[in-house]
Amino acid sequence: MPTLDTDILAAAEAWTKEGRKIAIATVMETWGSAPRPVGSHLVIDAAGNFLGSVSGGCVEGAVVSEAGEVIASGQPKMLEFGVADETAWRVGLSCGGRISVYVEPVA
Amino acid sequence: MRLDLLAALNAERAARRPVILVTELESGEERLVTADQVAGDPRAAALAAALASGTSGMVGEGAARAFLTVHVPPPRLLVAGAVHISQALAPMARMVGFDVTLMDPRTAFATQDRFPGVPILADWPDVVLPAYRLDAFTGLVALTHDPKLDDPAIAGALEAGCFYIGALGSRRTHAKRVERLAAQGFSERQIASIAAPIGLDIGASSPEEIAVAILAQVIAAWRRPDRDGAAA
Repeated sequence: MPTLDTDILAAAEAWTKEGRKIAIATVMETWGSAPRPVGSHLVIDAAGNFLGSVSGGCVEGAVVSEAGEVIASGQPKMLEFGVADETAWRVGLSCGGRISVYVEPVA
Repeated sequence: MRLDLLAALNAERAARRPVILVTELESGEERLVTADQVAGDPRAAALAAALASGTSGMVGEGAARAFLTVHVPPPRLLVAGAVHISQALAPMARMVGFDVTLMDPRTAFATQDRFPGVPILADWPDVVLPAYRLDAFTGLVALTHDPKLDDPAIAGALEAGCFYIGALGSRRTHAKRVERLAAQGFSERQIASIAAPIGLDIGASSPEEIAVAILAQVIAAWRRPDRDGAAA
């Protein structure tokens, strides 16, 4: 069942049409117990405002800061978070799961 | 994602048409595939399966991987009766993700003031239901207590195989309803699928609490149709 993600994509469109530079983050894969299902979205603007969630709060901060780079470079990026990947990212999921999150600019 | 693609995606969703966004991970290319375009797509088999299950996910291996974001129309909830419980239920159900419509021919009750933002069918079930088209992706909550209003909606929902049918009323009220439905030719099994008394048994008392009890039961019927049928 769709959740408020419905409004997140509508907001992404509205923000872009207002002239804000934005990125959309999407949970693409999960392993173990992950807090948000595959397909969940987070939309982020260049000022760091965001809507939605990809992890229920665990890694949003890191995704938002990565989104800033994605917006600046115009290049999409795949991020991985989880206890099994501590070397790549300092943030992790307290539930012990792993997720991959795709961050792409909207233009 | 290109803005025109995002806009097209949102337009399809607003029109309640299923659509898949395909993201080719190697190239970063994205395309929108509507249901009638699935057969002609290079990833036709995977897209058809994704559409049938309504589930987003990764397909393919290695460099040929793609992510499918599947958007299927949200389940609908038809609420018969513009009563106090409905005023609490409608916004809660919308928040959960149901596409809520209110039906009540009593225009003094069914007003936009009492139900802000909720589409209202302000006429009798036999007038409005043909166009609304009840289906398996629709749940019915009958709250009027009035057989003239509830019965035709329940009968229509039984015929359409709605995923949830719940009806407000005491056991005595429901016993009479069961008699009427049986007289109309509905089977014992069909009638037993009606949730009555409506809502999970959580001791709900206020209209808001009853709305929570109903909504929890609707979610269970949608998410676990095999385990928590409406009659559970």
